[in-house]
Amino acid sequence: MNIIVCMKQVIDLEQIRIKPNTREPVTKGLPLLFGDFEKCALEEAVRIQEKHGGKVTALAVGSPKLKDTIKEALAIGADEAIILTDPMFNDSDAMGSARVIAKAIHKIGEYDLILLGDSSADEYSGEIPPRIAELLDLPQVGFARELEILEGNDQGTNTKTIRAVRDLEDALEVVELDLPAVVGVTSELNTPRLAPLSAILKAGRKPLNEWGPEDIGITADEVGANASVVEVLSNLAPVQDRKEIIYEDVEEGVAEVVKALLQEGVLTQ
Amino acid sequence: MNGIVVYSELEETALGLLTKGRELASELNKPLSVALLGEQAGDRAENTFGYGATQAFIADSPALTPFQASTYAAALKQIMTHAEADIILIGSTRRGRELAPRLAQKLSAGCVTDAISLSVEDNRLIVERRALGGNTVSAKVITSQQQVVAVMPKLYDAEPMTGGAGEVIPVSLELQGPTTKVLERRPKEVGIGNLEEADVLVCIGRGLNDKGDLSLIQPLVDSVGGMLGCTRPISHEYHWLTEDQMVGLSGKESSPNLYLAIGISGQIQHTVGVMNAKVIVAINNDKNAPIFKIADYGIVGDLYQVVPKLTEKLQSEFGQ
Ligand SMILES: Cc1cc2nc3c(=O)[nH]c(=O)nc-3n(C[C@H](O)[C@H](O)[C@H](O)COP(=O)(O)OP(=O)(O)OC[C@H]3O[C@@H](n4cnc5c(N)ncnc54)[C@H](O)[C@@H]3O)c2cc1C
Ligand SMILES: Nc1ncnc2c1ncn2[C@@H]1O[C@H](COP(=O)(O)O)[C@@H](O)[C@H]1O
Repeated sequence: MNIIVCMKQVIDLEQIRIKPNTREPVTKGLPLLFGDFEKCALEEAVRIQEKHGGKVTALAVGSPKLKDTIKEALAIGADEAIILTDPMFNDSDAMGSARVIAKAIHKIGEYDLILLGDSSADEYSGEIPPRIAELLDLPQVGFARELEILEGNDQGTNTKTIRAVRDLEDALEVVELDLPAVVGVTSELNTPRLAPLSAILKAGRKPLNEWGPEDIGITADEVGANASVVEVLSNLAPVQDRKEIIYEDVEEGVAEVVKALLQEGVLTQ
Repeated sequence: MNGIVVYSELEETALGLLTKGRELASELNKPLSVALLGEQAGDRAENTFGYGATQAFIADSPALTPFQASTYAAALKQIMTHAEADIILIGSTRRGRELAPRLAQKLSAGCVTDAISLSVEDNRLIVERRALGGNTVSAKVITSQQQVVAVMPKLYDAEPMTGGAGEVIPVSLELQGPTTKVLERRPKEVGIGNLEEADVLVCIGRGLNDKGDLSLIQPLVDSVGGMLGCTRPISHEYHWLTEDQMVGLSGKESSPNLYLAIGISGQIQHTVGVMNAKVIVAINNDKNAPIFKIADYGIVGDLYQVVPKLTEKLQSEFGQ
């Protein structure tokens, strides 16, 4: 089983500050991490590999900081990582990013399964998995919260299928599809391991490949700001005008809060 | 290419999108139609005319069962061609979120999922969605020839119009059969339902130590006639409450008069679901918890102390 896990480095969303006068987010210089959904995808890949053998490749498109960020993926258990950090890829929209990822996957060539987060922690768009499935002409399943690999034998040839539990609003749907396939996962899938220190040290010795546009055969008319078909007009935090009256004494707090709620008229009986 | 098509597997959502679509269609000067797929497509067509569709494209095929994103995307692409449509509005349900980007990629088009507002400015469709995990709202315009927009499923109420007539157009689709097998469908347990409409919403988070301690919370919820919701770990990891009680980016959104957060840190993915509450009250034993930054009133303290006192006080105020 060769598994490719697509990982996106995102800024630490907890640390975003909002400029009070303009409502603009300040994102510069914040630490970069992988989202929870992606970490679960990687954990699952490693578990599948432990059971079925094969190789786990982490694949990420983003800023040159990936050289550091990706080490976490190698420490958790990816055998190899491929990062794509060329400036040509900057400011891509989802279609541009999907093209880069799909072309990199195509270059990797041998794979049985592509695992992604169902949605990224920052964008939460869920666009990348279906788009790469379309580009690679593969079946997809999203919102997967349980996975199982089934290896069989059909008249002498090995068959591989995946059984996934798809999390819908009102039901869980158990689906089965032939591999290769694209699967987007949620954080219910597993609890990702924390990489032990020894693994973090060893991560530096695992293969880390950097691919540029010519390696995957992509040109500036397919990716980056010029190729983007989604224009962002504005990106501002909604106005929040909260009183922030905080009581550190419990007795006083309870009395004052109840009084305030009655005054605000938000409790009706 | 000039036309708006609406599609959702949920009838109510499709009718809501048509309701909004009427307004957009008139501002953009485009015809409005609906795509209906599957067995009873024909039966549902007539009703959509009362909500603004002037054409209903209906199609059925054995390939449409069970749902597979690639098949549905192929079907909608063909319908968009028949309808000569450049905009498609899809309900951003879980199915819709799997389907919309796949359709967009088939069309080499831009896409926005989870839209929270649609409007027209300078003859362009402006779509808003959340960004940076919910910290911000971004306004976007799709500039490709075709546009795929997946809209939050309950954003627009379905409102019938007076009059309204249209034409039913059967479409024969060329589809490959699905390769995904659905082995089983397990309905989810239903909790208390419509948190979206709560007047008072009380949510619990990981500050609660044990499922049994819900017995401490419920009297508080009852004392204010509220509904009980939670953060993602409570429903999805611990299963102490049902999944439809989860509030936030990947759960429910609600605009209650009062939102009371108990033992919740206030991470953006949760709080984005209650940003529009009129008054926010937080109880947390960590005075640096981010929840206090978005609260109107906060009590720093152990919930196991604060909640019984607060309950008692509220019960005495309301004479219960
Ligand atoms: C893509 C994505 C989507 C997500 N969508 C959602 C979503 O829709 N909804 C959601 O809720 N989460 C969502 N999450 C998860 C979210 O990021 C947080 O992990 C989650 O909201 C944290 O829940 P919590 O506040 O209950 O737990 P914690 O962050 O662990 O906070 C617990 C709080 O309880 C306090 N506490 C502990 N003991 C006590 C006590 N005795 N008395 C008082 N206070 C106490 C602590 O000080 C702490 O602040 C999402 C995450 C991702 C990556
Ligand atoms: N730049 C990227 N590099 C690698 N994987 C990505 C990238 N962007 C998105 N993904 C993957 O696609 C998933 C869904 O992201 P999104 O479509 O942005 O919600 C993420 O959880 C990642 O697994």
